[in-house]
Amino acid sequence: MSDDLLVQLTQAVLVGDFASAAALTKDALAAGVEPLTVIDRSLVAGMDQAGEKFSSGEYFLPNLLIAARAMQESMDILEPELLSRDEQMANEGTVVIGTVHGDIHEIGKSLVGTMFTANGFKVHDLGVDVPVETFVACVRDTGADILGLSALLTTTMVVQREVIEALSEAGLRESVKVLVGGAPVNAAWAREIGADGYAADAVAAVRLAQQVLGRISSST
Amino acid sequence: MRPQFKILSDDLVQRILEEAHALLLDPGVRVHNQEALELLAEGGAQVDFESQIAAIPQEMVQAALDSAPSAFELYNFDGQATVHYGGDEVHFDPGSAAINLFDHETQEQRPPLTQDFVRFVQLVEVLPQLDAQSTALICADVPEEIGDLYRLYLALNFIRKPIVTGAFRKDTWWTMRELLVTRVGGEKQLAQKPVAVFDVCPSPPLLWSDLTCQNLIDCARSSIPAELVSMPLAGATAPVTLAGAVVQHAAECMSGVVICQLANPGAPIVWGGSPAVFDMRSGTTPMGAMGTWMIDCAYSQVGKSLDLPTHAYLGMTDSKIVDAQAGMEAAGGTILAALAGINMVSGAGMMDFESCQSFEKLVLDAEIIGMAKRLLAGITAREETLALSVMRELGHRADYLSHPQTLRWFKEEFYIPSPVIDRGSLDAWQRAGKSSATQRAAARVEDLLQGYEPLALPEEMRTELRRITTKAAQGFGMSELPALEII
Repeated sequence: MSDDLLVQLTQAVLVGDFASAAALTKDALAAGVEPLTVIDRSLVAGMDQAGEKFSSGEYFLPNLLIAARAMQESMDILEPELLSRDEQMANEGTVVIGTVHGDIHEIGKSLVGTMFTANGFKVHDLGVDVPVETFVACVRDTGADILGLSALLTTTMVVQREVIEALSEAGLRESVKVLVGGAPVNAAWAREIGADGYAADAVAAVRLAQQVLGRISSST
Repeated sequence: MRPQFKILSDDLVQRILEEAHALLLDPGVRVHNQEALELLAEGGAQVDFESQIAAIPQEMVQAALDSAPSAFELYNFDGQATVHYGGDEVHFDPGSAAINLFDHETQEQRPPLTQDFVRFVQLVEVLPQLDAQSTALICADVPEEIGDLYRLYLALNFIRKPIVTGAFRKDTWWTMRELLVTRVGGEKQLAQKPVAVFDVCPSPPLLWSDLTCQNLIDCARSSIPAELVSMPLAGATAPVTLAGAVVQHAAECMSGVVICQLANPGAPIVWGGSPAVFDMRSGTTPMGAMGTWMIDCAYSQVGKSLDLPTHAYLGMTDSKIVDAQAGMEAAGGTILAALAGINMVSGAGMMDFESCQSFEKLVLDAEIIGMAKRLLAGITAREETLALSVMRELGHRADYLSHPQTLRWFKEEFYIPSPVIDRGSLDAWQRAGKSSATQRAAARVEDLLQGYEPLALPEEMRTELRRITTKAAQGFGMSELPALEII
């Protein structure tokens, strides 16, 4: 019975049926399934499958995002339950993300944030046009494992370098892995400015983060 | 509203028709076929049997236009009507009868062999953008005399989609008919649910050769649809003015409709063609020329004014390799053909005028066709409000990517190409090997062919098709056909 619910919830996440995802989550809790079990067996599984379908070309961005939205609907119900049990989700890592100062492009950055959340990372999304010092302060305050810097303009990608330099000056550079992305950005630029990596899309960004944190081997 | 392109004013259409009628009286049309001359004489034409010229009065043409169907269905081999000849429906099939195949490995043209054509029809089967097959390649490993029927024989072993074909001789037409009858299970089935269209080509100016005229008559008598492929060559075998070439086209096609309807009133007939402007530098017949496309659009508009189904050879290139010229010319012709509402557009895959087929170009052209079909579907109101409801819901937030409305409509609102079309980032493109569209198309050919599912034809039918074809081959000195692998 509860196994059946978990399979249905995985499916609801996969197809982005967020109304069903919420209802099934409530049903699962009512049936006595532990919140962490729901997260592991349904939400993570559903998002994993969605990510695979995206990588293989079967899924498009709307499929991926609506799956993440369904997952979030479920999480909104599960989080208070976790709190009341004094339990915590396994945290894959803490991510600070934002679009650099002078640049107001949001979509790509938000996508990356969504995919990090969907993969069990704790995400602090600072939004767009984020001042250098705000990134530095947030990395310090949260003890972030990953800093994601987005820039969509050739005129603002240089700010990615400024953030990395500011981290060094603040003595934080060794404590955080810096990943960069955005249309004009590439792997060569990442190397040039001393970042830890570059990813071309949201799914690749999560994989890259898992690699630089040593969660998965870089050959996969 | 379906986007539409009309190139002629109503007034000019009328003048074209008037002059075409006048041409059919003087100088009349040359008909090098005794049976057709007799039909024309009986029907009221002024026939000079010695010079083989018929003067066809306007009333005869009108009677033929009245009895010719304004529309008919073409069926796939599962018995479903999948191609509607008539109105402004647009369908696509590959360019037909190429004498060469462009070999991607060597980047050279070479004569096609049995297995090449088998792979070609399999590729057409799995490309969803293509609505019909054509006997696209002429195999060089059988005698030339059976080149027409042999490709039909091969195709019939592998295809579900209907097919546009044609005969190169009078006698082989009958063998081709026999093959079709065998494949669909009877003469009546073939007449009731046509699966094949035969191209019949008058010669410019104003000539029906014995062969093509006989094919036309035989098609009519068997109620097999015939497609008139009139090919004025503006500035060489036809007037240099585009309007003048369209007049010549109209006169040739009208005479074809008359012969067809005299042989069997009500037989399906298509107002088609393959005109070109003459290239004044190299003396060739460019299919990628704007003038050529304009003649095509104009004559199809004339055909529509007569309420007849239409066809054109468009979407081809004169380039000798699959390059920028190939893409440019295929796209231009295909988009115009779609907007002109031409029922069957033949040309995908074809290059070097009409002489060379390319697997890679076919795969690229399928993307152009996909885009053209999207264009034709137009812009429509999908929901009760166009934007108001969703924009008020989201306010000033840019969250459309995760909104259910986006998921609901994006695949219909946008044409989503295969990975042959590169829309990734520079970095992704570099990591994937910095490929050209043609290289990606070559890789996709192999992927697509993996998806072809063989037909479950009864073994006796395959044997019978082979027996008919072998018998024809033996008449021309080939005792045994090349081996045919079914899977």
